Amino acid sequence: MCLGIPGEIVEILADREDLAMVSVEGVKRAVNIGLLEDETLVPGDWILIHVGFALSKIDEREAKASLEWLTGVGDAYTDELAALAESDIT
Amino acid sequence: MRFVDEFRDAGTARALATRIAALCEPGRHYKFMEVCGGHTHTIYKHGLEDYLPETVSLVHGPGCPVCVIPMGRVDDAIAIAEHDDVILTTFGDMLRVPGGRGSFFDSKAAGADIRMVYSPLDALKVARKNPDKRVVFMAIGFETTAPSTAMTVLRAAAEGLDNFSIFCNHVTIIPAIKAILDSPDLRLDGFIGPGHVSTIIGCRPYEFIAREHGKPLVCAGFEPLDILQSVYQLLLQLHENRCEIENQYARVVPWDGNLRALQAIGEVMELRPHFEWRGLGFIAQSALRVREKYAAFDAERIFAVPGVRVADPKACQCGEVLKGVLRPWECKVFGTACTPETPIGTCMVSSEGACAAYYNFGRFSRERVKEATRA
Amino acid sequence: MTTSAGWAEEAVRAHAGAEHLTREEQVLERIARARARKPRIREERITLSHGAGGKATHTLIEAVFLDAFRNPLLEPLEDGASLETAAGRLAFTTDSFVVSPLFFPGGDIGDLAVNGTVNDLAMCGARPLYLSCGFILEEGFPVADLQRIVASMAAAAARAGVQIVTGDTKVVERGKADGCYINTAGVGLLDRPLALSAAAARPGDAVLVSGPIGDHGITVMLARGELDIEADIVSDTAPLHELTAALLDAVPDGVRLLRDATRGGVATICNEVAVASQVAVVLDERAVPVRPEVNGASELLGIDPLYVACEGRLVAVVAADRADDALAALRSLPVGAGAARIGTVRDDPPGLVLLRTSFGGTRIVDLLVGDPLPRIC
Repeated sequence: MCLGIPGEIVEILADREDLAMVSVEGVKRAVNIGLLEDETLVPGDWILIHVGFALSKIDEREAKASLEWLTGVGDAYTDELAALAESDIT
Repeated sequence: MRFVDEFRDAGTARALATRIAALCEPGRHYKFMEVCGGHTHTIYKHGLEDYLPETVSLVHGPGCPVCVIPMGRVDDAIAIAEHDDVILTTFGDMLRVPGGRGSFFDSKAAGADIRMVYSPLDALKVARKNPDKRVVFMAIGFETTAPSTAMTVLRAAAEGLDNFSIFCNHVTIIPAIKAILDSPDLRLDGFIGPGHVSTIIGCRPYEFIAREHGKPLVCAGFEPLDILQSVYQLLLQLHENRCEIENQYARVVPWDGNLRALQAIGEVMELRPHFEWRGLGFIAQSALRVREKYAAFDAERIFAVPGVRVADPKACQCGEVLKGVLRPWECKVFGTACTPETPIGTCMVSSEGACAAYYNFGRFSRERVKEATRA
Repeated sequence: MTTSAGWAEEAVRAHAGAEHLTREEQVLERIARARARKPRIREERITLSHGAGGKATHTLIEAVFLDAFRNPLLEPLEDGASLETAAGRLAFTTDSFVVSPLFFPGGDIGDLAVNGTVNDLAMCGARPLYLSCGFILEEGFPVADLQRIVASMAAAAARAGVQIVTGDTKVVERGKADGCYINTAGVGLLDRPLALSAAAARPGDAVLVSGPIGDHGITVMLARGELDIEADIVSDTAPLHELTAALLDAVPDGVRLLRDATRGGVATICNEVAVASQVAVVLDERAVPVRPEVNGASELLGIDPLYVACEGRLVAVVAADRADDALAALRSLPVGAGAARIGTVRDDPPGLVLLRTSFGGTRIVDLLVGDPLPRIC
């Protein structure tokens, strides 16, 4: 139920507008984008692929925000470690 | 890989782990259920439990659509496949699931034409290429996969194909979660909510869990950092005395779901009055079947299937594992009579099954392994 | 002092017996005993799993073939048998090739048939000399295709410095043999004093692989055309006898084992070593070389490259202090350019292969039952 992989649209097929050629690390497959017909999809967009269908368009802003939060946690941690290393309570 | 590798960073994991540990109240034990089989798989595959404190346990839930298929339905599919002119197409996940008379794999060895496909659209291709055969697609999955099956049926209808049908075993997630919440055996502190199911149904359907049952739920992505962050968010909610539905997987999951996908399901399928779930018994309004309008594509109408209820083997405790009441290794037959090579139940066969995940990935004493893997 | 405390703890544990273990550990012990039991074949019919190189294959070999043929030369179940003759030590091996499709990016069944047997001989530490080949052809098979295959075999044999000296041909009715099946057997000279064996690994040894994994298996899976996936991946089929010679020249007495990573992949070899030597093999996910496209295709299909077949890669287990020399020797040839150290042998827990994931957690890498199957879940 769950295996969904992010892939990048490289081409919307001319003769079938419900199909797009999608690339995952250079591996290409035609994916049915019929479930996203309310979105305007263009090459360069990223979508979630599941059993040959695109289920969702990846929101790059949200992805960026997610990563920033995670990196922030990481930075705070390294800052704390650094502070710990520098502090001297003796 | 973009949108994947960034969410597997070990350094961030360590930092998050510290934050998680800091949120745990001393002396308190937390139990979160991860509903989705895909989450079970990720947790074990990446060794995520190494980052959680001893006081936080993740309990596996029934969100494995292969695991919940009763043996009788496997037998029904095999009965269909045994017709001389039938090609049964299926996802790889189903091939080794044991029915009452063996698995698809066994049936294939005995001569049935059973082929693995990656997408229901590939099954359609098989149908086009084999006009003298009847091609049946074994449709499984929660709401994540149902829209794809529905779109395939619509495509078949548009092309006027007369040799393609589906054997519909799609199930819905909310009734399964309700069954867990109504179960007296389980006391959970919160849920790691489905990720890809939620791309279709959105996050609103989970609101009753917070509102009526007082448990928080965080929809989570499938990379290890997604799950860790979701655990963090759950603990934060508990710490701040909040009880809400949150969406950690916002880069993929829209709060309102995918309307087009829900429309496709609604056009082609309808809810069955009830359906038997392996281990959970009969649940009302929990599974889908093909509508009358698309009867020509419904294998259940085209073929006479035995439809016999096959009781699970006495030794099988899949039901309790699916409900999170038993851990895999607590099942009496785990690892001895029931192994991936000789599975008694579905939990040991499905790649998402808790038992398979634990047996294949997690079956080791943490202490000895910590020694061995220290660089 | 830490050492004496550890000794005392061990003694207590040894005497306390099972009660000292947690319930979960008791279950794990029970499972370990169940796994160590003599394998029995339960199926009534052969399934595809029996040919995949995983658990089902191992059970078939031990419960059916070894049981019937048992003799000391067969029992080690290495890639080839080492034979003592008056003329010296020989290595002898056989392999059959049933790949579908017959032609795929990077090679064909003919390349595999020669390289596969050359490599099995090379993994014994032998110098490959002579091959036989037997063909089983399907009625209706195009002669032009057969000529293509045979041309590939001739070229591969020349590249490997071996001669095909005897053969056989059979034709079966239309519908059998998938076009063409080939069996090759090979003989090589074991002129090095070696005792390579899966049982020879010791704690501290290094596990090396000679290049990126999974290329061949993914290529063939995609070439079948059922998955509708295009990728720039080609089979890695190649003869490895020069690579093994270079390695054994550089490290004549530190190599424990050589295996080519065919059906079942790197994971299967590591499991065989762990069980035969009763050691733990600990792999580092970040160190395992995988091409991005192979990784992408594997993620898409839900397959783990560790289990995917290669046809031109070897796994070597070498003594810890010779690991650097071994790697240098592998990297000295183009076919070993991507060689890497992927893991270490430890003493505990015996019989298991562990993976330190790139995420920093740990998990087991067990044998699969059959072929890695694409999954949607």
